[in-house]
Amino acid sequence: MTALFVALGAAIGAPLRYLADRAVQSRHDSAFPWGTFAVNIAGSFILGVLIHGTSVRHVPGSVYALLGTGLCGALTTYSTFGFETVRLLEQRVRAYAVLNVVASIVAGLGAAFCGIAVAEALWS
Amino acid sequence: MSQTTRLPGDREAERRGPAPWPVLGVISAGGVLGALARYALASAWPHSPGHFPWATFVTNVAGCFLIGILMVLITEVWSAHRLLRPFLGVGVLGGFTTFSTYTGDVQQLVAAGAARTALAYLAGTLIAALTAVHLGLTLTRLATRGHRTSRGTETS
Repeated sequence: MTALFVALGAAIGAPLRYLADRAVQSRHDSAFPWGTFAVNIAGSFILGVLIHGTSVRHVPGSVYALLGTGLCGALTTYSTFGFETVRLLEQRVRAYAVLNVVASIVAGLGAAFCGIAVAEALWS
Repeated sequence: MSQTTRLPGDREAERRGPAPWPVLGVISAGGVLGALARYALASAWPHSPGHFPWATFVTNVAGCFLIGILMVLITEVWSAHRLLRPFLGVGVLGGFTTFSTYTGDVQQLVAAGAARTALAYLAGTLIAALTAVHLGLTLTRLATRGHRTSRGTETS
């Protein structure tokens, strides 16, 4: 049954990533992949909340499967992040490639830690 | 360098008009397949706190290798069905790979007192993944030399 929750969450997460990416890129028309950046950060935050929620038994396994493994897992992406970074390097837009890597990792980790902190504030 | 420098070919078509339902549909379906594959790998290859998250690592690196292959085939070789790239790229590989689990894993490793493992995982995934994309692109371009259309994305 857990797989079903993963599937359901992913069914929503993947198109959500696509729509969010389009919405963000249409407002910030630049070579920098703002869309992927946005969904990766948002997903990292949400998963941070869920990870702590699971550890203090506030988030049941089914909810984690649905929103964490499913939604966040499909909402975020490493393949698009990696491809966009390499493309920026191939196009000699090296500064943007480096920026994409540094910003995504720093902001992503920051978001994860923030998610944990918010969950701790809510649930401990 | 101009702020509005655009990369040729990659995403122009996706920005025109409202998102068509067939595209969303195949993305959703692909996402489910990718996520289930990721879940299966993670279930078969669990890791205890403080230990290197091999399942996520392999998932992300493999997904990056595959997207390199896919992007060359889709944009430089095949006259692909317009739904193939959303299905396989955005859907399957996007659902398969994950950035949130990556950052969550790092946080968990640090919390478990395994800072060195956290750093190795953080940097290792990044380096391996970017290398995998490059490898996927390069090997596929080599393998399909002579079969490519004029609308290639190869630069040098």
